[in-house]
Amino acid sequence: MRALKAGRLTYVVLGLFTLGSLFPLVWTAIAASRNNTRLAQTPPPFWFGGNLGRNLSVAWTDANMGTALLNTAVVAGTVAAGTVVFSTLAGFAFARLRFRGQRLLLVLVVGTMLVPPQLSVVPLYMLIAELSWTDHLQAVVLPALVSAFGVFFMRQYLAQALPAELVEAARVDGASSLRVVWHVVFPVARPAMAVLGMLTFVMAWNDFFWPVIALTQNGSPTVQVALTGLGRGYIPDQSVIMAGALLGTLPLLLVFVLFGRQIVGGIMQGAVKG
Amino acid sequence: MRAGSRSQAWRSRRYRWDLRWSPYAFVAPFFLFFGAFGLFPLLYTGWAALHQVELTDPDAMTWVGARNFTRLLSDEFFWNALRNTVTIGLLSTVPQLLIALGLAHLLNYRLRGSAFFRVAVLTPYATSVAAATLVFVLLFGRDYGMVNWVLGLVGIDAVDWQNGTLSSQLAVSAIVVWRWTGYNALIYLAAMQAVPPELYESAELDGASRFQQFLHVTIPSLRPTILFTCVVSTIGATQLFGEPLLFNGGGGATGGADHQFQTLGLYLYEQGWVNLHLGRASAIAWAMFLILVLVGGAVRLLRGRGEGR
Repeated sequence: MRALKAGRLTYVVLGLFTLGSLFPLVWTAIAASRNNTRLAQTPPPFWFGGNLGRNLSVAWTDANMGTALLNTAVVAGTVAAGTVVFSTLAGFAFARLRFRGQRLLLVLVVGTMLVPPQLSVVPLYMLIAELSWTDHLQAVVLPALVSAFGVFFMRQYLAQALPAELVEAARVDGASSLRVVWHVVFPVARPAMAVLGMLTFVMAWNDFFWPVIALTQNGSPTVQVALTGLGRGYIPDQSVIMAGALLGTLPLLLVFVLFGRQIVGGIMQGAVKG
Repeated sequence: MRAGSRSQAWRSRRYRWDLRWSPYAFVAPFFLFFGAFGLFPLLYTGWAALHQVELTDPDAMTWVGARNFTRLLSDEFFWNALRNTVTIGLLSTVPQLLIALGLAHLLNYRLRGSAFFRVAVLTPYATSVAAATLVFVLLFGRDYGMVNWVLGLVGIDAVDWQNGTLSSQLAVSAIVVWRWTGYNALIYLAAMQAVPPELYESAELDGASRFQQFLHVTIPSLRPTILFTCVVSTIGATQLFGEPLLFNGGGGATGGADHQFQTLGLYLYEQGWVNLHLGRASAIAWAMFLILVLVGGAVRLLRGRGEGR
């Protein structure tokens, strides 16, 4: 790593980037605190007004935000948990166990990362329609429960972080595979599991293409689907739309404030190995 | 004694059985779910593309052979969507990766508050397509949007971002650039930190300036990573869907009044879930896949040539 010290100009430019990154989010909150008439004036507002409470409550009822947030939390939580557990199991098998067909199966896992999701979207829809799952949350949870990226990520991590001797020692003590997983693999993998969990959670929370298709009737939408409904009125109330956008984004921003460093570390780690 | 040896034999049998089959049990969930919701639909798409299938009755499939595909060839909206996907893809991917490269270079300096800057530039990544697009629609508003207001300050006339062809495509691209630049910067940063410092030291001995070092040491060392991000961004650009859908306001899946920013992903959605033609949607999905394969082949060919020299 090179450790050249940054000059003042670097800080100025980075400050501008930070401003560009954060400004649309801050402005969402500003717009959400105004009213529609004020947003239809120039210059646009640069500071908060007094309408935040009213707009949030209108967005909350109009877009059924309570249900939507709950649904999204359930979807993202289940998807993240499933992906983490299944990826760790498979990653462990690929990194430290030996079995017939191992190489071929791993190639298959990596290969699936290259296939665009649109390619399966029509039959997937036909499948969930056949099962009468449209508008039910399992239609978005089950297809997302495993991830090739996750398997690959955990394999790379465990191949490096889990010493083969540790597994051997547990074996010599007569531990079954499940015990090895529980007492050796999970503890060693915990940091990577946390990172994978957060990345998956963010991705599942923000997923749009498939939920819009699968949750068509807005019976039990996720936040992202609910937001598309907010803008559809004849005279859309922009400040209410912004309040909805704010509601849908806040939980993730909270995750970012709390775990931002770990998420950054995870993305950089995955990048080097991937 | 006998009972003990018997139980020992049973234990060792169970142990061998466990050793042999548990790997399969551990990889089984992935392959089960992937088979049901990934591989099966993937293969079935080809089959559906050869049929007339309507969303209203997905079970009734009529064989039409290659008609869905031949139809695409003479479908002006398909070519329009393809053109738009390419231009929006270029408008979003090229600036995004160039800015990310410069940003990563800055983040690679010894910085005070480096953790803060990294998290800050990644924050747009946490924002959903839906929320981000709704905000940008307002920022790009014709009469009261902030972008036009700023342009007005420097004496540029208001731009009708939503209704122009280039302007709407620029605006849609801006959303993509905003959301993904920080993410790509972090990927570049990780690769930069893996460059051996000796390379810089010897370049410095040769009298290379910092900018020359960036050009002749950093960029070549990053080549695999740059290629990787190009591939990922290209795949992302072909799939562009949420931004053009929501940038249309309440206008639906047309991608603007003149389809001026309708992408292939959006056209697929319009054919399948607005016009209810699932067979045609499948054919579009295959066309998208073919285009990706062609792009991949072209990249390979170019790369092979570059290395052969």
